[in-house]
Amino acid sequence: MNTTWSRFNIVSLVIGFAFLYLPIVLLVVFSFNESRLVTVWAGFSTKWYVSLFNNKSFIDAAWVTIRVGLISATFATILGTLGALALTRYTRFRGRMLFSAMIYAPLVMPEVITGLSLLLLFVAIGFDRGIWTVTLAHITFTMCFVAVVVQSRLVTFDRSLEEAAMDLGATPVTTFFKVTLPVIMPAVVSGWMLAFTLSLDDLVISSFTSGPGATTLPMRIYSQVRLGVTPEINAACTILIAIVAVGVVIASIANKRREVQKARDEQAAARH
Amino acid sequence: MQKLIASVVSRLVISIPYLWMLIFFLIPFIIVFKISLSQVTMAIPPYTPTIDIWAGWQGLVNSVSQFSWDNYTFLGSDPLYVKAYLSSVIIAAISTFLTLLVGYPIAYGMARAPATVRSTLLMLVILPFWTSFLIRVYAWIGILKPEGLLNQFLMWANVIHTPLNILNTNTAVLIGIVYSYLPFLVLPIYSTLEKMDYSLVEAAEDLGCPPITAFWKITFPLSLPGVVAGCFLVFIPAVGEFVIPDLLGGSETLMIGKTLWNEFSANRDWPLSSAVAVVLLALLVVPIVLFQRSEAKAQESEK
Repeated sequence: MNTTWSRFNIVSLVIGFAFLYLPIVLLVVFSFNESRLVTVWAGFSTKWYVSLFNNKSFIDAAWVTIRVGLISATFATILGTLGALALTRYTRFRGRMLFSAMIYAPLVMPEVITGLSLLLLFVAIGFDRGIWTVTLAHITFTMCFVAVVVQSRLVTFDRSLEEAAMDLGATPVTTFFKVTLPVIMPAVVSGWMLAFTLSLDDLVISSFTSGPGATTLPMRIYSQVRLGVTPEINAACTILIAIVAVGVVIASIANKRREVQKARDEQAAARH
Repeated sequence: MQKLIASVVSRLVISIPYLWMLIFFLIPFIIVFKISLSQVTMAIPPYTPTIDIWAGWQGLVNSVSQFSWDNYTFLGSDPLYVKAYLSSVIIAAISTFLTLLVGYPIAYGMARAPATVRSTLLMLVILPFWTSFLIRVYAWIGILKPEGLLNQFLMWANVIHTPLNILNTNTAVLIGIVYSYLPFLVLPIYSTLEKMDYSLVEAAEDLGCPPITAFWKITFPLSLPGVVAGCFLVFIPAVGEFVIPDLLGGSETLMIGKTLWNEFSANRDWPLSSAVAVVLLALLVVPIVLFQRSEAKAQESEK
């Protein structure tokens, strides 16, 4: 009986992961296709990458995207961490319900609504649309994801560590930077990475809030895709996928190392 | 002194993100609502301002009396919009159900896998979530096209003789939604299944309960919080989805996110697109509140 279940499990996992990965694998494979047709294999070639790197509009869009991503992820991490602290540490303050609703709602809010409402805000206050409005919009929707990630780490945090530091005379600010932050750091880092990739990927909110001269890479790809499927887009997508995959793998290896190190330290401490 | 600093710090910790969200999340919605009550004009910005805060109380009274509900009456009277709302909800509901059918076995298989491979499997589910939404939708165009890879494969395998028309239909939209949102559903279900105590199932099976009955009577009910959270995470954004119906759907695909976008960018009717957004939000308020409640409850139980 156990074997039938586990066979069922393995089959469902194989099918599930094939479904998840096959489209991406095919996309990457056909970026190396010699032919202009994306669906007929005609031999290996890297010419689409060459033509991509000679395409100035793509390169410009990539720079805009990276700048927006780095700046917005950093601010979103700071604001999101503060938001997570507010939600977990202060169970009673005026308007807490509204605050927690404002943190959770953007996670599921259809992007067209968020994008339209931010655009109308920028127009109403007479803020010229451009790279800064996109950045502000990205900070707003990604900080909620950071807040949720950091919050899930904070709820399991052992408060007695902080109390000990305070009893020994540390100020709340020192306690935060010397005790709390190092412990929640992995969550803060993965919050930053999540914010960065969400910003890197966003199309709808960027399209609403961006102005002349601030075309992001997804916006560029989207306008190209509407004209038809070309291997050049496949190449651009492959580069984006590679960046993200390398980042995620490095982060998870670093995480695993840290865990192994921690286990070793604990063993060493137990022996003494 | 120590106490004073602590209270100042705690005020700052709360008020900085609070103010940010008020300015960039709540106030924009109020503006959307306000503009949905104004008229379209040929100007930049293309609407008549309905409230002039500098005109004082009299100005406020004047402008409130100028509020027009025309955009809403128009939405209600034009069957195009009613149909678009309805079909968005139906497409989102069907695709949520399909995502559950595909995602639950994956989450279950992951949770029952040996602990050593579990973290790798988890990473494999999260990885596509980190790659761009747009890219993943784009990948399906090449597969579903009439001369695309799926048709090539099926014709090569002699299953079909004429290519299937899947791209630019509602079927393609369903496939796109299931594919893009799958990790959102797998992760919460996996986390409830992983925490589950399987000795309950073993006890039931020892007492002669068949595995399938044990699954429906024990495992599934215990995983319900994850199922509910996952379904909300798929359903709510899917209703307002824009990229998937735009790239994979066809002329028959009516979805409200696409309608809103068209009103906004092609017709430049900002008041009407604001009204579309307000009605969409009203439609989603109940599921959003339910989702937020279930999240808050999950946080409480973890403490």
